[in-house]
Amino acid sequence: MITAGVDVGAKYSKIVLLEDGKNILTRANGVVGFDVGKSAVEVFEKALVDANLKRDQISQIVATGMGRKIIHKNPPINAGEIVPEVIADAKGVFHLIPTVKTVIDVGAEEGRGVKVGEKGGVKDFVINERCAAGAGTFIETMARALEVRVEDMGPLALKSTNVIPMNAQCCVFAESEVVTLIHAKVSKEDVAKAIHDAMAGRIASMVLRVGVEKDVVLVGGVARNPGFIPPLKKELNAEILVPEYPEYTGALGAAIIAFEMEGQK
Amino acid sequence: MSEKPREFWRWKEYRQTMPGMDPRAAKIVTAGVDIGSVGSKAAVMLDGELYAYSVTRTGGVSEETAIKVMNWALEGTGLKTEDTHYVVGTGYGRVNVPFAKKTITEIACHARGAHYIYGPTVRTVLDVGGQDCKAIRCDEKGKVTSFLMNDKCAAGTGRGLEVFADLVRIPIEELGKVSLNLTEEPPPVSNTCVIFAKAESLALLRQGWPKEKVAAAYHLAMVDRIIDLLTKVGIEKDFVMTGGVAKNVGIVSRLERNLGIKPLEPKLDPILAGAIGGALFAKALYEKEVGLR
Repeated sequence: MITAGVDVGAKYSKIVLLEDGKNILTRANGVVGFDVGKSAVEVFEKALVDANLKRDQISQIVATGMGRKIIHKNPPINAGEIVPEVIADAKGVFHLIPTVKTVIDVGAEEGRGVKVGEKGGVKDFVINERCAAGAGTFIETMARALEVRVEDMGPLALKSTNVIPMNAQCCVFAESEVVTLIHAKVSKEDVAKAIHDAMAGRIASMVLRVGVEKDVVLVGGVARNPGFIPPLKKELNAEILVPEYPEYTGALGAAIIAFEMEGQK
Repeated sequence: MSEKPREFWRWKEYRQTMPGMDPRAAKIVTAGVDIGSVGSKAAVMLDGELYAYSVTRTGGVSEETAIKVMNWALEGTGLKTEDTHYVVGTGYGRVNVPFAKKTITEIACHARGAHYIYGPTVRTVLDVGGQDCKAIRCDEKGKVTSFLMNDKCAAGTGRGLEVFADLVRIPIEELGKVSLNLTEEPPPVSNTCVIFAKAESLALLRQGWPKEKVAAAYHLAMVDRIIDLLTKVGIEKDFVMTGGVAKNVGIVSRLERNLGIKPLEPKLDPILAGAIGGALFAKALYEKEVGLR
């Protein structure tokens, strides 16, 4: 049986096609444009082509992510069910790393901390969806101020060992602070590190509200950023595990949930 | 065809000398210099009455800005900084006013200045500045009894308006008026964060919303944010606004409607409240120093 999980995020749509609740057939992603529904459909069709499948060969589809409602019971994707990100995250990460107790998911516009229970259920969670300073947007905005490509930010930060405190906690104010630091001739490496340190501090203080228990797994697009992991590890005083495809755990979790739904029928 | 880049957030700097006042006849000349995060203000007072003032943008070096804003306020008056008896520094950069004898927080100065501008019935002062927002409660003497401040987040501050002015390419001084140029209010922008609200506004523009309608939605979200802060500190009449954002009719009129309380009309430019408060404290401090009180 084939099921699918579709995670329509703020910036990217991610899709996982799953066989029998465990074998991943295809992963696909695409940028979410102004027409969220259309972007999700495009990625979905790409995944079907990749896997050489048709929509009617997929037994069940579960949607998650910010834009999940757009594809819920709405053809051509016609997702049968929607689940919140934290539930999909816990399910997907538990499947990959069964020793997980804490999931930290940092996406483009949201940050989440999930306490994972037995069988990959959610025991508790905390979400920041209101402030850009606690999400990937922060690094992206700062990259623009530093005139550095966003994917170069992490490697750049890793080149520095200096501690430069950032006072601003708001993305808009931090932008000015970065400009001030550049004018004060602080190196780009040091500024990049300061940016990641500040972001890690904010994510850590959010996650600590639900408590941090090992194993701690970082997922979401920001988990791809190597500069973010050392300061987060330091803030939480815990090893941080990152799965191979950290941006797909939500879609994977949704696909597993779709499989479980079919099993109960 | 390349268009010259314009800075829509950049407001005009200005100064004024009040007519019919003679500095040579004054017993006590004091000044308040309010170095804000975005704007710097200097108010010169003769025996506790506003005589001259200037409003400039805060530069990279606060000391230089302090000297510049003070010199400009005194321009054409025949007075020099040395002729003042006492200067108080206030605002975010108050420690960087080299000629100030004392520094006082902008909270105390805004309450005191609001009393001068609006009269002694003022009990709640909402100061929305360039990078922060303060809700201040005070007594009949203009003394602060409690306050709440947001200086961590750009939402609900002048900075949020600057970002929006640049987005829609409307000069910041006209933004409030433009936002009222429609027959029906749209729902507010749903995001609080300035970064997200800007992205949401852009999406609305691309959907074909006219600038006026997006501006209204953006102003409404800002007003909601400000009301949250005000409600936490509690509003008692009379209610007034100070700071640069008090000059935005789009914010003031919606605050009035959503709160159900009409703010008093300012008799002077409300951006001067901090500087005026500083100059009034300076007068009291000078009188104490020379044994007049």
